Amino acid sequence: MSNETIPNLESYDDDSLAKAFSALENLAKDDASALGAEDFRLRWLGRKQGLLNDVSSRYLKAAPPAFKKSVGERFKVLKELVEGLLESASGAGPSDAALAAEAIDITLPGTRRLIGAEHPITKTLNEIVNVFAALGYSVGVGPEVETDFYNFESMNFPPGHPARDTQDTLVVANQERRSQRDRLLLRTHTSPVQMRTMEQQPPPVRIVIPGKVHRNDAQDATHSPIFHQVEGLCVDTNITFSDLKGTLDHAMKALFGSSVKTRFFPSFFPFTEPSADVQISCIFCGGKGCRKCKQSGWIELLGCGMVDPAVFAFAAEKQPAYDPKKISGFAFGMGVERIAMMKYGISEIGQFYAGDMRFLGQFA
Amino acid sequence: MKILTKWLRSYLPELPVDDAQLAEDLTLRGIAVEGIYSLGEGNGSLFEMDITTNRVDAMNHYGVAREAAAIYGVALKPLDISLPEAKPSAKPFDVKIEATDACGRFTARVLRGITVTETKDWYPGAEVETYFNLLEQKKISSAVDATNFCWLAMGQPTHAFDLDKLEGGIIVRRARKGEKLKTLDGIERTLDPEDLIVADHAKPLALAGVMGGWDSMITAETKNVLVEAAWFDPIAVRRTARRHGLHTDASHRFERGADFNAAPVASAIVSKILLAFGGHIEGDLVDVRVPAVEARTNSRAAVSLALSEVQRMLGTTVHSEGIAAPMVEKILVALGCGLAPAGDGVWSVTLPSWRLDIEREIDLIEEVARVYGYNGFANTLPAFGGGVQALPWAAAEAAVRNTMRAAGFHEAIASTFCSAAEAALTAPQPGQVVPLGNPLSEEAGVLRPSLVPGMLAAVAGNLHRDVSDVRLFEAGTVFSGSTEKVEERPALGFVAAGTVPEQSALHAPRAIDFHDVKGVVEQVAAQFQARTVYFDRFPADSGIMPRWLHPYRAARINVDGTTVGWFGQLHPNEAAARKLKDAVLVGEIYLDRLYKLPLRKPAAREVSRFQPVRRDFSLVLDASISWEKIDQAIAALQLPELVDWRAREVFRDPKRGGKEYSLLLGVTFQAADRTLRDEELQAFHAQVVAAVGAAGARLRS
Repeated sequence: MSNETIPNLESYDDDSLAKAFSALENLAKDDASALGAEDFRLRWLGRKQGLLNDVSSRYLKAAPPAFKKSVGERFKVLKELVEGLLESASGAGPSDAALAAEAIDITLPGTRRLIGAEHPITKTLNEIVNVFAALGYSVGVGPEVETDFYNFESMNFPPGHPARDTQDTLVVANQERRSQRDRLLLRTHTSPVQMRTMEQQPPPVRIVIPGKVHRNDAQDATHSPIFHQVEGLCVDTNITFSDLKGTLDHAMKALFGSSVKTRFFPSFFPFTEPSADVQISCIFCGGKGCRKCKQSGWIELLGCGMVDPAVFAFAAEKQPAYDPKKISGFAFGMGVERIAMMKYGISEIGQFYAGDMRFLGQFA
Repeated sequence: MKILTKWLRSYLPELPVDDAQLAEDLTLRGIAVEGIYSLGEGNGSLFEMDITTNRVDAMNHYGVAREAAAIYGVALKPLDISLPEAKPSAKPFDVKIEATDACGRFTARVLRGITVTETKDWYPGAEVETYFNLLEQKKISSAVDATNFCWLAMGQPTHAFDLDKLEGGIIVRRARKGEKLKTLDGIERTLDPEDLIVADHAKPLALAGVMGGWDSMITAETKNVLVEAAWFDPIAVRRTARRHGLHTDASHRFERGADFNAAPVASAIVSKILLAFGGHIEGDLVDVRVPAVEARTNSRAAVSLALSEVQRMLGTTVHSEGIAAPMVEKILVALGCGLAPAGDGVWSVTLPSWRLDIEREIDLIEEVARVYGYNGFANTLPAFGGGVQALPWAAAEAAVRNTMRAAGFHEAIASTFCSAAEAALTAPQPGQVVPLGNPLSEEAGVLRPSLVPGMLAAVAGNLHRDVSDVRLFEAGTVFSGSTEKVEERPALGFVAAGTVPEQSALHAPRAIDFHDVKGVVEQVAAQFQARTVYFDRFPADSGIMPRWLHPYRAARINVDGTTVGWFGQLHPNEAAARKLKDAVLVGEIYLDRLYKLPLRKPAAREVSRFQPVRRDFSLVLDASISWEKIDQAIAALQLPELVDWRAREVFRDPKRGGKEYSLLLGVTFQAADRTLRDEELQAFHAQVVAAVGAAGARLRS
């Protein structure tokens, strides 16, 4: 019987051996599922007529010396398979020795797939936007290349206004022949989207505006010609300065933790009046004073104010409902880089734009 | 600017607080004290101030003192403007304002027989030497220091001319074409016809409100002096200063709006100091005013202020009494306003000449809020009844970003600008590149037409720092059009280099290749509901392939018949130009075109409960036959039971000279409703063999 079961070995080359042993392994597996444990043992491991005995004598013992080793290795694998199959068939499962042979070094580090990281600016921007979305603000956006009208004039920076000096502007070439208000420039703030939004829709308005802005600033540790802002605008029939305070106090607590305090003090922006700068109690020392807050206990974070009636007057040219006698509103804006630097302990603003894998990978 | 508390307190004898408290209270009212430096026993402190551009009135000691007086309700000492009796003159000094649009007031006082000396503490109220030492203000001469002392004290710039260098009287006018003036900085300037100047009857003397002239300056020999104190128009001064690249203490103040009434006061302060070491006044102060300018500065129309408006804008206070009428009156009067009742809850408010920033009702409301203290207002939340709208492409953009991150790409943000050469290389629309008028540098000369330059800069930065595994993407704006009209579009750039997996002791790393990146591109495209997504390339000499890509290892991405981007291996020439030795895979997707498609909505299909059957076909193909042909041939069979087919292995045997290659095709058959029978499988098998055979493949025997 065994003679027919065991395939004839055509030669001792690798292909023939592989073919023969593969057939034997399949046979063993088929037998293991078809026969009981004892029958399987007798058929394969019987002392006199077991198939393994036959394989040993027909393949191994008959092999020329040059092929003894390769046949022996394959025979060993087959024998282990048969023993393993017998253990499974008899219900005991593999022996501890068999399992021990499969031991691996579990202390080697895991093979990690690279997980892409969200850019810390995008992450911070989204966090801020989400806080205001929860307060009922829709998202608005506008172009990065703006006209002088939207960037300056409609935001109440008249031509020749000294406040324009503080925002050195990158301009598109060849604008000299155009009228002042049509000249193209890289927006210096996200505020022009306030006007674009109001021109499109009557009050009430609640929008939050994330975006990239540019200034003709020299690069240093905390300044970059490219940076990001989040702007907000809320206009309705009864919006007050105390609403502005309450909204931003709520937003700062949502962003930095409920123990954060805010304080407001006067500032100047052409497009708001009254205007305010907002400080939050230092998130590092809780307000006691540390190096990060220059011992003051406070960190300056954003600018805001009540929308100037002159800005509403520009909006009213297209949407008459923006009558400053009937409606009021507030606007605010914050630098995203500054907040991200604070949150993540980043000391060099240029790192945001260098595309360094080592820097970005920290945010995965 | 710097403020001495010692000087400040000389105007505020009753000031009830210490320097630290004063700094805090000023800061919370918008007169920001950025730093406090103690100057030692008896010298008080030095405040480093940050005064916003609208508050030029507070950019001097007396102005800050006025704020403190309003905050604490204490008296403000008047400035000492007493002068000795003048000797009569034959006729008043001749002053003429020609440029009445730009010069609103010009005062001139003649002093004779003075002596220019070193600066001293001249008299109480003019401790010039002490204050200048504490401020570390450079001392030049008694005459120059008198004018500097004056603007530091009360903000008004003045100028002293050597009277003996003047020919005839003063004319304030626009310059004439070609006129020249050597200014105090020693620079000979050619004047522009728009420049506002102070001239005598023969020549320009000074750039009005900006800088005096060299030839008429006070020297050690000067005996006779003309003291100028004037009001110049902010825009005229700003333009003159800008044209000449100048920014001086004087222009800084005039540009922001000087006090129309300050000229005679400043003239008196400067004259008194100059006379402290001998000399006398000749004649009365010559004071020429332009009524139109006076009307819009000194005698502005009163502004109507309603208490109801104050309350409508400001809202709720922490203290329950809120902002009531007495509070409004107290604050505004202390700031120099005059309030007269004009009906129920309405005032008619006259405005102080030094506060040109106040001109409307809202400005007065701001002053009330400011002096009341912003932190005295409650934190309230407005009622809200609307809905929140997301941007129409927000979900699509999030899907793209998430797919890229899931594929292991970090998000980068690169420069908005690139060089003209990079733009020419990468612009999808040749010639549509927008240059900047004042670029940051030549390398940032134009608005980026593509995200590829930024991706290449980033990958180079990493590889040059020996960070060899790079996966980066950017979702940002690209620009096209012209300087007349700029178009902005969203785009996705991506770049990869190095190996996959990134790090393992157990698996040999392999270089990332074109098809790794193609897989990512396919996954991005698969976020959208498209009928067809395919990839093709064009002959190297067709001019269609982007020049930054390897023409034989790059592809166009086509979705629903539209080109939505390109990607592939960086062209070896571009790699060499950037000193990149490793293969770099780079690409760009035009997101605006993808965003036109709806996001794919997953639709679940019934999963078959019946056994799938896998069959492998070992094929040999001519090198010219691409996978696409085999793929299409099998797809064309349209067998419902043929549920999956894929290339399992491609082997190009170098021994066969690249003419042929082997392909292991894996096919899976499965029916939704039954177990497949042998005869069915044999029939399917034969159909597959026939189909790939027709496509040019033969079965390996």
